[in-house]
Amino acid sequence: MTRTEKRRVWLGLAFASPWVIGFLVFTAYPMVASAYYSFTFFNLVKPPVFTGLANYERLLADDKLRLAMANTIYVTVLANPASLAFGLVCALLLNFRVGGQALYRTIYILPIVMPGVATGVLWRWLMNPTLGLFNTILAYVGIRGPTWWGDPNWSKPSLIIMTLWLNGIVTIIYLAGLQQIPKELYESAEIDGAGRWRRFLNITVPMVSGVTLFNLITGLIWSFQLFTEAFVISGVNGAPQGSMLFYSVYLYSNAFRYLKMGYASAMAWVLFFIVLAVTYVTMRWSSRWTHYDVTAGG
Amino acid sequence: MQSAAAVGTPLATARARRARRKLLASLGQHALLVFVGAFFFLPWLWLLSTSLKSLKQVFEVPPRWVPEPIMWENYKMAVTAIPFFLYMRNTLFISFVNVAGTVLSSSLVAYSFACIPWRGREKLFLFVLATMMLPGAVTMIPVFVIWRRFDAIGTYYPLTVRAFFGAAYWIFLLRQFFRGLPSELFDAARIDGSSELGIYGRIAMPLAKPALATLIIFTFLGSYTDFMGPLIYLSEQKTWTLSVGLYGFIGTHSSEWSWLMAAAVLFTLPLIILFFFTQKTFIQGIVTSGFR
Repeated sequence: MTRTEKRRVWLGLAFASPWVIGFLVFTAYPMVASAYYSFTFFNLVKPPVFTGLANYERLLADDKLRLAMANTIYVTVLANPASLAFGLVCALLLNFRVGGQALYRTIYILPIVMPGVATGVLWRWLMNPTLGLFNTILAYVGIRGPTWWGDPNWSKPSLIIMTLWLNGIVTIIYLAGLQQIPKELYESAEIDGAGRWRRFLNITVPMVSGVTLFNLITGLIWSFQLFTEAFVISGVNGAPQGSMLFYSVYLYSNAFRYLKMGYASAMAWVLFFIVLAVTYVTMRWSSRWTHYDVTAGG
Repeated sequence: MQSAAAVGTPLATARARRARRKLLASLGQHALLVFVGAFFFLPWLWLLSTSLKSLKQVFEVPPRWVPEPIMWENYKMAVTAIPFFLYMRNTLFISFVNVAGTVLSSSLVAYSFACIPWRGREKLFLFVLATMMLPGAVTMIPVFVIWRRFDAIGTYYPLTVRAFFGAAYWIFLLRQFFRGLPSELFDAARIDGSSELGIYGRIAMPLAKPALATLIIFTFLGSYTDFMGPLIYLSEQKTWTLSVGLYGFIGTHSSEWSWLMAAAVLFTLPLIILFFFTQKTFIQGIVTSGFR
């Protein structure tokens, strides 16, 4: 390397140094430490004591963990398809060429700015069995609504309905995807005699499949880390009857309530590998249904 | 339309029929938009309505939409039952520091990757991108242990310091932006003898305003609404942010729904205002994340 080249490397590294230092202190070292903690008994008060695989063995026998995992999978499996379908429907509606779309778009999207804690308290109230919005409206049409958050069979569906209210980001990204589809595709399909439903299935769905993949991956990562709203609505124990105990909530209570730092670290690594595996499988599977080529998609 | 039909030529009736179908279609589209829109809109209305009801009227069955009387006092209760403005000040302080830290650090790092041609920068940049995949949950506990060793639990350091070390996504975004700027600008300044820091501050940063606007909005939003961070680190009530403060308010006043709703309105209002003033940048920022 010449002198100027060397000088440039130092200069470049100097400018990049905030990230390098931050990575070492807040990511690299913590990852090593976390891996170590996961093989120890560690309660913050005394230094960690190496216990081998004990934490991981206890994970397998932990009924509460199994419950938290089942709840998390339940929401992941139901909320994500619902979010994609509803997001696409909303985007289709917002893509109509009618007046007032600016206002409609604002209304559909605004919930995403609400802070998680405020959303939680609002939705606890909206789904109050006697005084809430939902059962009031259901009563108008003569239906006696469920007790929502109060019923272990209804609490997770309630949460999924709430997440649909917060679906604005998915909707925006779908809307941008719809606007990129060339109009000619629809026109030529119409000439070929394809009906509205056929055009939707054979043009719209494949043409936004890249967007669907993005929304799905971010949605999956989100649902595995679900915390604030569930914590605000149902507390540390996921009332009623643990039906709202999610993985991140249980991890939080192990770490910061019971100070089982070693056990919680093991939980964090298991979560990491699950999310990694699910992302990987989704990416592999997606090659069957994503179309990035216009000619192949049409 | 009627007059066209009255003329009665075949062409005119066809045109009238088409016009009527178009009108019906657009009415149907409005109906759908309003129907689904109600799901998004009514919760806000219910929030506002409850926040203006008396504590007694909240328990009236069936609930009424328009409060009688309108209790503006609820808002006074919401800000006095909890030290609302103290929480607001704490929240804004943390948010502004995070915004400043992220702007400064991410742009410096992005400048290095985009504008200083040094050997190895592409490799390091790929590494930065790879770290975006790493989970927050895994590092959360050791980072807590570090702050505890520095005796910083209960202070704002754990919630702010990290922002000064760059965030991968914003580094990525700003790098893209800097690379889009004409390189002649930088070369000319270098020939004039400007230092890299000078070029960064006087040329690159002023031109990056659109990208910085996105960064500022979303960093602010993330920091203002954060719950888990303050929940873990802020033990003393006088240091609480609005998220933790409202959570505490739910615990102590769980049946004073109108006060809770008033507090939720006040907590959300700054973000609604922010959204209305920056809607274009806001939506563009989300779209960019989906199409990167």
